[in-house]
This record gives sequence, structure tokens and C-alpha cells, in this order.
Amino acid sequence: MEAKIRTRMGDGALVEMTPAQIRADLEAGTLAAAKRSKSAELTSAELDHLSEIFCSNSRFTGVDIGDEVVLSYDGCGSQDLGTRINDLQYYEQYLCADSLELYHHDYSYKPAKAVMAFEQDVMRQAQFVTTAPLGYGAMPDLGLYTVPDGPVPNWSQLLPLGRIAESRAAQEEAVELAADDIVYVADEMVEAGIEFIDLDTAGAAGDADFLAALKAIERIRARHPDLGIQIGMAGEFVLGMHGELEYDGVRLAGLWPLDQMKLAAKAGVTIYGPAINTNTGKSIAWNVARTLTIAKPCCEAATVPVHLNGGMGVGGVPMHVLPAGDATCRASRAAVDILRLDGL
Amino acid sequence: MQITRGMRLTEAKTYVAGKLGVSVLDLSDPTVMLDVRKELGLGGILESGEITDIDDPMGIEAKFNIAAVLDVPVNCVERFRAKAGRRRPAQI
Amino acid sequence: MGTGDPLGMEGAHTQASGMGGMRTAGDLVARMQMTRRMRLKEAKAYVADKLGCTPRDLSDPSAMEQIRIEKGLGTLPFTSSVRPGEAGMIEAKFNISQVLDIPINSVERFKERVGLASSFAV
Repeated sequence: MEAKIRTRMGDGALVEMTPAQIRADLEAGTLAAAKRSKSAELTSAELDHLSEIFCSNSRFTGVDIGDEVVLSYDGCGSQDLGTRINDLQYYEQYLCADSLELYHHDYSYKPAKAVMAFEQDVMRQAQFVTTAPLGYGAMPDLGLYTVPDGPVPNWSQLLPLGRIAESRAAQEEAVELAADDIVYVADEMVEAGIEFIDLDTAGAAGDADFLAALKAIERIRARHPDLGIQIGMAGEFVLGMHGELEYDGVRLAGLWPLDQMKLAAKAGVTIYGPAINTNTGKSIAWNVARTLTIAKPCCEAATVPVHLNGGMGVGGVPMHVLPAGDATCRASRAAVDILRLDGL
Repeated sequence: MQITRGMRLTEAKTYVAGKLGVSVLDLSDPTVMLDVRKELGLGGILESGEITDIDDPMGIEAKFNIAAVLDVPVNCVERFRAKAGRRRPAQI
Repeated sequence: MGTGDPLGMEGAHTQASGMGGMRTAGDLVARMQMTRRMRLKEAKAYVADKLGCTPRDLSDPSAMEQIRIEKGLGTLPFTSSVRPGEAGMIEAKFNISQVLDIPINSVERFKERVGLASSFAV
């Protein structure tokens, strides 16, 4: 009888599977991803390596010595203990973060814009007491520009009514407003001393959201040639809420990480972060195989550093607010070993 | 249970698992323990709004519940009771 | 990665695959990625060359502690607290900028505000 391996599901639940079941899940995960994203399946050697990682009852695993990568963060700390500057210091000093990110608790560019003077003050002080590269991050969050939070008609209300033209016009208007806000915040934070700006969950509201991010990045790059610019995506492909938006002649709806990366690099990013969603009904082995299959073409063709998103519910990490370390470390190691990433 | 009752690990885990109504394996599983701690008011990581809500016990509040659930005296809880009990309700 | 449970995510990733931040040279390599768009191998090679060590040394806390102290690049408090004369924080960033030969925004602004000359062309 085959030994049972303790492993996890995508929702974090601990289960027991045999090595044969785990291998079957790895193969199913890569096949599902290859079909969906039209990329190549993982090779047999890669699946063998993943089997070794997942078919073990060890509580922890890690990359080989010498293969370590850079870890970046979309916001450091949860602002529950001490000050925000303390959070940055904890991350630098206790969690050994390679880079740090200050953020406003309402983590979007629109609300952050309203309190820039205070954000600048905190950033400036933080720069005095930290050593690791310190930046500022927020989300484009296009939805905030719609009624009732913003001035633009709400396209998610217009779409079900079949008012497509109005919905598109609203999204196009929101793109310009969001890009302006992002550039404004970047300018202000550069004054305060940041080393990079981070546009997190780009594409969360679909192709218009991604376009706002790309337009903002292009303008920021032109104004600040030396600034680090990081983009982290919201999901594995860009939803076509508008459907016809383009950047540099490329339609944004339906783009997978490879093409997302190309456009982000063109716009001027220094770090690109794909996000591949975790399926809570499948094992973490299935999810990691799927993640790597989707991300691999992007990593192979990358012209900028790629930092795979490895937080809760993405990158093969369970969708649970307390992801078990035994699952996270496997996702971490698998990503680095197979994708030869620049970071997470 | 180790620090205050001198229990060896196996005994301590068995005791706590019994009191919480879970298996010994579950005690190290954050996926299970999140729900158990919430239900029994034993406190957790803050991560405001995501893990600990405003009406979830934390800190000394959680320790009151821990003392009750594990059926052990907790020093700071006993001292709190003693100090907070000095006023009669009519005087508050 | 996003914020959340520091042990389940940040802690786990750091131990599984992270370079180690200021315990090692992780922050220095991150700087070359973030601000100079270098891929990992190139960034490690660049930093190793500037520090006079091998890329493998960059993830080794034993090797990097010595190098960081020698070059004033900042260390963690429990190693630096016994050496109060060590450069730390913004002071360390001045040295990092010089050693890695890159402008650091907060350092350049500090210099502007106190009337020090910049080492980099504007």
C-alpha cells in the first residue's frame, strides 16, 4: 500500500494523498493550464522535480543554497502594531525583507492622493531609519472613480442593462482620471525620497484598469528616468470589461502574463509581477503546476525582472488568511526551481 | 500547559486538543485553529478585519477565555479580577 | 507578495527562497533590480563585483556580516548594537550609493537639503 503524504488543498485544508495521486494532480494542473493559456505543459523532468517537492511529509523545504531570490512586498505589515514606520523596520530587521513598501491603509491611489502631505512626511522619516530599498504602493482601483465613490458613471451597472457604449465611455474617462492620480502620487513620493513606486493589482477592474496603469507608468518613466517602477497584476488574464482598449496597438482584453509583461516592459517598468489565482477546490500540487505552466513563457521571455506574486490565494499559495508554512514554502521553492525567477 | 503545569509535550498536546475538541494534529494547523480560536474567543493575529474583528476577544480578554477553556488559572486574569472587583457595581 | 499573515507568507518565503535582506545582501541585489532593471543573475554579479565577493557569498550571512561592517552598509541591530560607531539607516545608504555606484533618491535629496554635492550627474 502506498504511503500517505500530508499535503494541502487550495483552501488550506490538510489532506492525505498518495504519491500517485499527487503526481496525477501535477499532470492535471499543467494540462489544464496549457489548454487554457495555450502554453506548453511542464516537462517530465519538471514534473519529477515537483513530485519530489510535494511527495514529502517534511514540514518545510527550500531552494538550494545559492539559488535564493529577491523578495518584494505589496505593503509591509498590517498597521496593527506600532507605527507604519515600525512596520517597515520590523520587515527589514526581523523578517529580512529585501525591499520595503509604505502604503496608505486605504490602499488605492485615489484616497492616497488626498493625504499626500502626510504620506510624504512618513516616507521622509522612514527613509532616515531604514536601509533596504523603500518605495510606495497602491492600487489603480478603477472602480473608485465610479458613482457613488467617484464622478464617472458605473459601468458595472450599465453593462447588465446593455448600455455598452456608455459603459465604454465611462471606463475611458476613468482611465485618464486614474492615470493622473497615479502620476501625481508618484511625483509627490519621489519628492519624499522613494526608490520605487508600485502599482498593485493592475487590471483588477479589467482592461481599462490595466490601461490606466500602463499610461501612468509611461508618464512616470518619462518624468523620472531613474525611479524603480513595479507592477503587480490582479489576475492571470486581463478581463475585457471594455473589450476594445489597446496599448501600443495591442488589445488588452484576454492578455496572459507573457503579453502583459511585454507591454509593462514597453511602458517602462523595472519589475513585473504576474498573479495566477489559486483554485480552492484543487490540491496545492495541482495549483502550483498550473501556476508554473502559465508563468513559464513570461519568465523565459522576460526583459525585466519577474517577481511572481506569492501571497494569499495566488502563485499556488492557499487561499486562506493564515496560509500554512508547509504549503507556502513548497510554492516558493517550486516557483524558483522551475521558473528561474528574479523574485517573489 | 508546559510552562504552568509542567506537562511534557505529548501530554500537553493531548490535554489541549481534548479541551478544544480537535485532534492533536490540528493544533499545529493554522487552517483549523483560525476557526477554533475565533469560536472559543482565544485571540489570534490582528490583521484587522481579516482575522480579528472588533468584537473578537484579544489580549487580556482572550486570556479570560483561555483560562476558562483550558481550565487553568492564568495569573494576570486572576489579578485583573481582583483589581477590577474592588468597586461595587453601584459605584461604577 | 501582499500583506497578510507574516509567518505564513513573509516568514515562509524568506526561509524557503529569500536572499535574506540585510542579514545578507538581499537589499543590495533588490536595489539593482528595482532601480536598474537588472535580472537576478546580472544583479547578483554586479553586486558581488562591487563588494569583492562571489555571488554565492551574497546569500551567506556569515560572509556578508563582515563585508557590510567593513564597507559601512548597515547591519541588523543585534549585530550593530555592539558597534555604536557603525553606519546605519540613512548613513548606510550614503555608503551603499557610493559602493554600488548608483544614485539613491533619499540620499540625493538629503544632500540637496544640507548643501552637499551630488556624486551623480543631474
